[in-house]
Amino acid sequence: MDYVIEMCNITKKFPGIIANDDVTLQVKKGEIHAILGENGAGKSTLMSVLFGMYQPDGGKIKIGGREVEINDPNDANHLGIGMVHQHFKLVQNFTVLENIILGVEPTNKGFIKRDDARARVLKLSEKYGLKIDPDALIEDITVGMQQRVEILKMLYRNNEILIFDEPTAVLTPQEIEELMKIMKGLVSEGKSILFITHKLNEIKAVADRCTVLRKGKCVGTVNVADVTKEELSEMMVGRRVDLVVDKKDVKPGNVIFDVQGLTVKNKASSKNAVNNVSFNVHRNEIVCIAGVDGNGQSELVYALTGLIPANKGKIELNGKDITNASIRKRTLSGIGHIPEDRQRYGLILDYDLGYNLVLQSYFSQHFTSHGMLKYNDIYNYADELIDKFDIRTGQGAKTMVRSMSGGNQQKAIIAREIDRDPDLLIAVQPTRGLDVGAIEYIHKRLIDERDEGKGILLVSFELDEVMNLSDRILVMYEGNIVADLNPKDTTVQELGLYMAGSKRGNVA
Amino acid sequence: MNTLKRYLNSEGMESFASSVFAIIIGLLVGLVVLLISNPQQAFEGFKAILLGGLTDMKNVGQVLYFATPLILTGLSVGFSNKVGQFNIGASGQFIVGAYAAVYVGVKWTFLPGPLHCITALIVAMLAGALWGLIPGILCAICHVNVVISCIMMNYIGMYMVNFLVTHTIFDSLKNQSLPIKANAVIPKMGLDNIFKVGNSPSSVNGGIFIAVIAGIIIYILIEKTKFGFELKACGLNPDASKYSGIDSNRTIVISMMIAGALSGLGGALLYLAGSGKSIEVVDVLAPEGFNGIPVALLGQNNAIGIIFAGIFVAYLTVGGFNMQLYNFVPQITDIIISVIIYFGAFFLLFKEFIRSHKPAYSGNVNDEVTAQKESAGGN
Repeated sequence: MDYVIEMCNITKKFPGIIANDDVTLQVKKGEIHAILGENGAGKSTLMSVLFGMYQPDGGKIKIGGREVEINDPNDANHLGIGMVHQHFKLVQNFTVLENIILGVEPTNKGFIKRDDARARVLKLSEKYGLKIDPDALIEDITVGMQQRVEILKMLYRNNEILIFDEPTAVLTPQEIEELMKIMKGLVSEGKSILFITHKLNEIKAVADRCTVLRKGKCVGTVNVADVTKEELSEMMVGRRVDLVVDKKDVKPGNVIFDVQGLTVKNKASSKNAVNNVSFNVHRNEIVCIAGVDGNGQSELVYALTGLIPANKGKIELNGKDITNASIRKRTLSGIGHIPEDRQRYGLILDYDLGYNLVLQSYFSQHFTSHGMLKYNDIYNYADELIDKFDIRTGQGAKTMVRSMSGGNQQKAIIAREIDRDPDLLIAVQPTRGLDVGAIEYIHKRLIDERDEGKGILLVSFELDEVMNLSDRILVMYEGNIVADLNPKDTTVQELGLYMAGSKRGNVA
Repeated sequence: MNTLKRYLNSEGMESFASSVFAIIIGLLVGLVVLLISNPQQAFEGFKAILLGGLTDMKNVGQVLYFATPLILTGLSVGFSNKVGQFNIGASGQFIVGAYAAVYVGVKWTFLPGPLHCITALIVAMLAGALWGLIPGILCAICHVNVVISCIMMNYIGMYMVNFLVTHTIFDSLKNQSLPIKANAVIPKMGLDNIFKVGNSPSSVNGGIFIAVIAGIIIYILIEKTKFGFELKACGLNPDASKYSGIDSNRTIVISMMIAGALSGLGGALLYLAGSGKSIEVVDVLAPEGFNGIPVALLGQNNAIGIIFAGIFVAYLTVGGFNMQLYNFVPQITDIIISVIIYFGAFFLLFKEFIRSHKPAYSGNVNDEVTAQKESAGGN
């Protein structure tokens, strides 16, 4: 059997850890090969080795049967390997066409041969069914189209091996379906696809074979058709995982959080980022704000937590007006905030874990007396949280947060915010980029909090999460809340239509 | 053995090693400059700058004397760096503090005994704090870049002090400030008996103790207090600080004030040293303020590191004076010192280098740490 890529016995060590330990990956020509693994299992490292960003400490790479050395991404490109990164690498104020040809512009005496390029791009886009508008600016097009531009970039460079790094994280259900179709189209034209993901549904939907990594080691490669989702997740995590969240019915209590007519102006345009939004959250209730990224959810949360001022409207927590309260005051009056961007807002990466765990409480008398930090108390408390929330680190509370995996960073934030025992927990994308094991854990935690009588406002772009967790769904589209739904009476498809703005419901 | 190994692998050791490495490279390049300017006496001159500070006890004392203001301006710059602001205004704060100290030292003769000196120091710190406060407030309220306003404050400070000296405490014969009263001079605290050659003592005085104590206080403030926690948080991640409810404006304003007070104290310690130095009325920014920048850099913004960095730069300065014995003009000395300091600035580069060439620790894969590099690798 001929393999288009063979990565044999790859070992990659970093100081203190072995990120890839004797990993072997063989990809057949014309297949969609999924790579599944928890955060920190070594998927990204393996792909970085293939893409030339890291040099392996052991093992060899064969492309098309020939042993090769890949020293940098340019080498990878010459070998026909292309990659769509999780965060797109596009120039925002360039057109689609310019982005596609960037770096490999066809020129004539130094002038770009735009017409030739355009003809080729259009031909490729037609052949693979990748609908794009070559003259639109990247900043004006949807995330789905941006992704198609990334794919076209690879095709334009005649790449035969395409790596997709968690491509569905930012898409609506309709766009995901579209992408799956495109991927199938690509392999039928003879391309080979490496598909990195956490999502078992997607693997079942498109992948032919799947290699599972766990803790740097290769657990095995299976034919997707022969295994169930449960078996896959067990291979990945090493134990049985509940894929469906177990949630009791609880009757919502009093209103704990009430927002009336909240408006946040957009700096860049005349349109309001959040437009006259009203809603409330009860005790024992998870209210989920669904929507495609960039429809005002971030601004809404920033305004609720005080990171940006609200231009109009009223915010009440437990009957107290906190519209103009300082961030610290909101924190102390009972708002917990798991921020969207954990590295930008949630953590100080160059502080150790202990310090980060008291980021919202270092000033309290438990950790400060007469202006001096109480080291022992801080670290004892940190050890307690590390234990209680199962945060895994190299050096305990003294670990620099920068060196921790994304999942454990997120756990640290969740530990910090939940342990403060807030009345209202605002969680934005709490499971973004995390693996099944961590997601299961976080979901359980959120439900526990709800059962204990807390109100939870969850902002999520993951429809499975929205459907599984929420007691009520609010859909945001272009700064407005366009639907107030009960998850029991609605379907993912219907939700998708609201999210895309093609349907509007009655909002109280 | 294991403790030693762990110590050698620690962050602090890495910083120290990279600073030393930077200094060695700087010295070698300095030697090249010497060889170009005066090949015959290059090695003699090099020896002078390397060992000059140690030739006799008086020179050792001189090193400490020169180090005193440098440590304080270094602390000033390093402290503001911690909060993420570049205090290039140490020069202005320094001279304003110096003026305040000298004014008190000359005029406030009603103060008895040591109170005169202490008051002069405190007033100098207040003046320096005011000079740091203004850029801090401009930054916090009007979002004026601290670097810009600090540069402006340097010139305002210099010209204002020139003006004030000529109108209040002017010695028109020498075109400088009047000598301070004996009460205001910082006591020698016996140092003149230790650091001397024959009957000629060095200028070192109790100021060096004040500088070292200031360094220790700043170290404690940064590392051990709640304010230090907030200050570093603002410097490391302004967004997360905001998220956690830290009032970054307040933190920046207070930090700039403290930075200014440190520079002002530096100015006071130099002009109250009793070495006969007076504020000259010249249109030149006080170089001590700018020398604080490389001192902070070399000390890697660590208060304790800055104490040693200040002593090191002072050591080179004293060695540089000795070079003049070998027909090197003072400018060459300045070049050498600059080159060494310049390379000191590359410490980050060296740090990275040392880190990447440290043998990787090949432990077993264990659950806890597997994740580490993966996330660093761009997960």
